Amino acid sequence: MLSPGKTVSSRLLRPALWLPFRLCPARTAVSFMQKELIKKRELEKDELRPLYMDFQATTPMDPRVLDAMLPYQVNYYGNPHSRTHAYGWESETAMETARKQVASLIGADPREIIFTSGATESNNMAIKGVARFYQAKKRHVITTQTEHKCVLDSCRILEAEGFTVTYLPVQKNGLLDLKLLEASIRPETSLVSVMTINNEIGVKQPIKEIGQICRSKGVFFHTDAAQAVGKIPISVSEWKGLSYVPLVGQRSTDPKAWVLCMCNADLDFFGSPAAEPGGGQERGLRSGTVPPPAGCWGWELHGAMIIRECPCWTNRLWPKKIMDEIPDVVMNFGDPKKRKTLMRVCLYGFSACTSASLEPSYVLRAIGADEDLAHSSIRKGIDLKSIKGTQH
Amino acid sequence: MAASTRPQVISLYRMMLKESSKFPSYNYRTYALRRVRDAFRANRKVEDPKVVEKLLVEGGQMLALIQRQVSIGKMYEAQRMVVE
Repeated sequence: MLSPGKTVSSRLLRPALWLPFRLCPARTAVSFMQKELIKKRELEKDELRPLYMDFQATTPMDPRVLDAMLPYQVNYYGNPHSRTHAYGWESETAMETARKQVASLIGADPREIIFTSGATESNNMAIKGVARFYQAKKRHVITTQTEHKCVLDSCRILEAEGFTVTYLPVQKNGLLDLKLLEASIRPETSLVSVMTINNEIGVKQPIKEIGQICRSKGVFFHTDAAQAVGKIPISVSEWKGLSYVPLVGQRSTDPKAWVLCMCNADLDFFGSPAAEPGGGQERGLRSGTVPPPAGCWGWELHGAMIIRECPCWTNRLWPKKIMDEIPDVVMNFGDPKKRKTLMRVCLYGFSACTSASLEPSYVLRAIGADEDLAHSSIRKGIDLKSIKGTQH
Repeated sequence: MAASTRPQVISLYRMMLKESSKFPSYNYRTYALRRVRDAFRANRKVEDPKVVEKLLVEGGQMLALIQRQVSIGKMYEAQRMVVE
């Protein structure tokens, strides 16, 4: 029997590495060896396809979404921002219907919805935008150590510009300590950024409570809800105090690469440094043509679908079954029933954005995981289409 | 279900199952079959003829959608999955 720290997969992945990682003399050589072990290869014509379990990276697009979008790819190809002809009008109608639908999905006002190209862009826009807009008076930003790279990197850039950034540690269970957060908010704090559901370990932060704290202190609150859409109900009106919520469609049956960012209506950034310069689409915050077929119709339909089908497919019994039937599997923390979207066998390995690097995940190190475990972890994601059973 | 529409509903149900089982992709096929069954079961007790009529129209549209998507799926068929 192996000890929890020495799992089968870690031995397979690192055959020559029995020394603790820090004692290893040539780290780069080992990384190279690991890279050699995972070779890129195309499937043969008659070879069977592997099962897909990377639903946190992206999901297969729903046939209903594709069906709604196809007419816009084929016949209704007008630019939605063309105000002078029928082609433009029909695309604009599609875009605006989608906006309304999405707004009702999260309980926001349609005017607050901004379509962007991805969560990374939305996060960048929100964090840098808010911080720079209020930089004359407030020069402090709070975030956590387990955020997505795009949030952390935006914060690094702000640091280089002279802002102070507090990277709060998380507890062993991955959750943020609310008292610590409250204590860290200073009078010059302009923004708090905490993600709703972590993309690597699947914990759900107490967004409602954090929102209340931020509201009472008069601080803007940004949450990266990219992993939460379609998996937990999101209600902006209930989660008071939220200023920015980027949501990602590709994580829940939508086409890749169109996302919306919800921006609180009281925040008017028009002409602020947040703006992507250009033609001034999307209230001037994000210039560039919004593609009605690719993003918006997808979103609209997806919105209607998710309201009907979101509720109870997430908590199926996979973790328990895996824990029972496979030896040497370590569930990292918390109660599997409380985990919302990710289920992890052993520990998570790489998110899509960082899977090119072979360093163990910084998120796992932040929750105090062993290096051995951090190296041998797997992230497994499920979705509507990957579960067996009758519930949706 | 009102007695007069019963054969229509059953025929729609059969057609939808038959078409759904033609999806070449394993994920889509199993999901479609599951979803069709669940939707019909969930609305089993509906008596109001107007609601039944509305559901029939919706079902018909969905059937057409499945047929379109099955033919698209067939155009770009890939290898089978290990579980099939």
